[in-house]
Amino acid sequence: MARLGEIIYESQIWKSIFRHPMPVDRRNRIVVMLTNFFLHLHPVSIKKQGIALSYTWCMGGVTFFLFLVETVTGVLLMFYYRPTLEWAYNDILALRDIYSLGIMREIHRWGAHAMVITVWLHMYRVFLTGSYKPPREFNWVIGVILLLLTLLLSFTGYLLPWDQLAVWAITVGSNMARATPILGHEGPGHQFLTLGYPMITSGTDARFALLGARNVGEETLNRFYILHCIAIPLAVSLLLAIHFWRVRKDGGISGPL
Amino acid sequence: MHGISPQQFAGSVASFLWPYYLALAAMNGIFAYYLWQKSENRPFFSLPTPGFAFRFTPALLWTIVAIVYVFLASLAIGAHLESMPQVPQGFRDFVNASSKATIYSLGTTAVLVVLYLFRSWFVRPMVAWSIWNLMLLFLGLSMPDPNFFSIVAKPDNVPIVALVFLLAFFTWLAAYRAVENDRRMDEGLPPVEKLDDEKVLVWPDLVYTEMICMIALSAVLIFWAIWLQAPLEEPASSVKTPNPSKAPWYFLGLQEMLVYYDPWMAGVVLPSLIIVGLMAIPYIDFNKQGNGYYTIRERRFAYITFQLGFLELWVTLIVLGTLLRGPNWNFFGPYEYWDAHKVEALTNVNMSEYFWQYWLHRSLPTAPPNSTWSTQLGYILLREAPGIILVLGYFIMLPPLMAVTVLRRYYQRMGFIRYMVLANLLLFMAALPIKMVLRWTINLKYLIAIPEYFLNF
Ligand code: HEM
Repeated sequence: MARLGEIIYESQIWKSIFRHPMPVDRRNRIVVMLTNFFLHLHPVSIKKQGIALSYTWCMGGVTFFLFLVETVTGVLLMFYYRPTLEWAYNDILALRDIYSLGIMREIHRWGAHAMVITVWLHMYRVFLTGSYKPPREFNWVIGVILLLLTLLLSFTGYLLPWDQLAVWAITVGSNMARATPILGHEGPGHQFLTLGYPMITSGTDARFALLGARNVGEETLNRFYILHCIAIPLAVSLLLAIHFWRVRKDGGISGPL
Repeated sequence: MHGISPQQFAGSVASFLWPYYLALAAMNGIFAYYLWQKSENRPFFSLPTPGFAFRFTPALLWTIVAIVYVFLASLAIGAHLESMPQVPQGFRDFVNASSKATIYSLGTTAVLVVLYLFRSWFVRPMVAWSIWNLMLLFLGLSMPDPNFFSIVAKPDNVPIVALVFLLAFFTWLAAYRAVENDRRMDEGLPPVEKLDDEKVLVWPDLVYTEMICMIALSAVLIFWAIWLQAPLEEPASSVKTPNPSKAPWYFLGLQEMLVYYDPWMAGVVLPSLIIVGLMAIPYIDFNKQGNGYYTIRERRFAYITFQLGFLELWVTLIVLGTLLRGPNWNFFGPYEYWDAHKVEALTNVNMSEYFWQYWLHRSLPTAPPNSTWSTQLGYILLREAPGIILVLGYFIMLPPLMAVTVLRRYYQRMGFIRYMVLANLLLFMAALPIKMVLRWTINLKYLIAIPEYFLNF
């Protein structure tokens, strides 16, 4: 066994992938952090309290992990799901009753709920440790945008099963947009936007822009699908990269001065 | 429960309860073992029995509790509702009869205030652990109630139940550390976080922690996914409106606000202000202390404001909106059947009606028929003048007033712009509870009611 390990670790293939020996001694434990793409997100060494679970609750990390889980299970679900009125519901039914990968839907859904909770807890801990104070103000702002995007991810995904629960939850949620001041056709002040004829109607207002139609329908499904699977995840990925980079640049996890 | 027989219901309750009680037993067993290992397992009292001293220690207490849970699990496993321990019917009736939106909101506020004031007592591990056990026990004992079960065990509501327990735990953890730090700083010691100043290598210390977290979390997700099927209702239909129609649970705080404010406030303005307000926090909190460690005393104002906003105005409203709002958005007690025909008398009155009709005994000012657009507007403004003056007074008069009184110190330190941002955010935040109280006390509908322009406030 030991010899086999040696053969593998000494092989050209292994060495070409991992650019360092096994991290068993101090030197290589430092090298591994610097030369491995995935690990170089981290610093080489860190204050003990920065990794104390009772301090960080690990909630930022957990949220990130859940985001990855959602990405993987989401891609698998996309293989089986077509965002059209004809197929959406039936594809979900088939995921439940036929496909053996159907459990992905459960993982994806509960993971999404869990992610909303863990983002809140992460924000809660960042607040309670005062970690938004200088120099970390802007990372908090990025965090708030991430929080909003997480909620929107969850909200857009909620529609996709196209069952009663989904459609009415989105209807109730998006009805609010009707009342947007000035821009909603039932919002205060929309009458002032006129060009001789009213500019803001149920066919031109903020809600219409969100739904792509006067009611939650096929256009909405398409819109939410694209937002859910492409637009928002891309935005989140970009902001996460900045978020993590800023954690490092702002001096690592906060601590007493 | 509808559509399933009592046996099936008992079965599904049992299949939740017995693993649940066993988990609680394990939890208490582990805690007792941990206490027993630690040297500071001081007895509550000792009985001088002949031969040996009987010492009633915390470890013994929690061992007994663990055994009780095992016993409860064995009662639940038989899937007979009669033999399952549950909260007494009298208690349930009492809770149902006495729970209302008012009692709920005032009650949670009172609880939070008491927890805050006596935090140094509540964070003590023994006290906190007892409360934790009581919360979990309460959930277990309530499960055999069909109405309670059907709300709490609805698949999409499970996360909220989890959220409540997670928040209880983490609020305790943070408060525990804050109380400890505040005490240390009184004695001139640095906060505990300072003690962990020493640097360690990320590999292995952090990388392994992360890996264990990932494995544990994957396990949780997989168990959750196997245990609970994702909901899928009937195919969408635009004619059959479910009653109640609810937004996803994380927006139910906003939906609950609809009771008090019109959609343009509850659904657009207030949520935007929540986001803006959160982003503004680092720029309006000028307090340099409490950066990088848990403390309450050094940032009392920030702490109280945030907890009020997050725990009280966000989370408890979500719990209310999800678990206690039934058909027609009526309030239902936790053990109450969601009866779609329950009627709640709604006689809400506008400020303008109070002013013109009740106090001046006149009719509301109305523009003469066929009058011009501007005359009509003038009449509307006259009609709503009392409310408009109140609201403008609130937003325009209060900031300078607070600047020279309660918030004087803040104004001096923050400068004009930052102070105005803070003051207005606070006023908007307070606008919700104020409107709630006005609704409960004088049945106020709108302070300003201009349906002609969709502007109701
Ligand atoms: C998708 C959501 C998010 C992810 C994946 C994420 C991830 C992380 C991670 C991994 C860290 C390192 C420390 C830790 O784990 O606690 C961190 C730190 C931080 N996060 Fe987030 N975060 C998210 C959302 C937020 C939100 C909503 C806020 C605040 C409103 C926020 C503010 C911060 C700040 C200020 C830090 C630095 C904390 C310190 O140095 O102690 N993040 N984030």
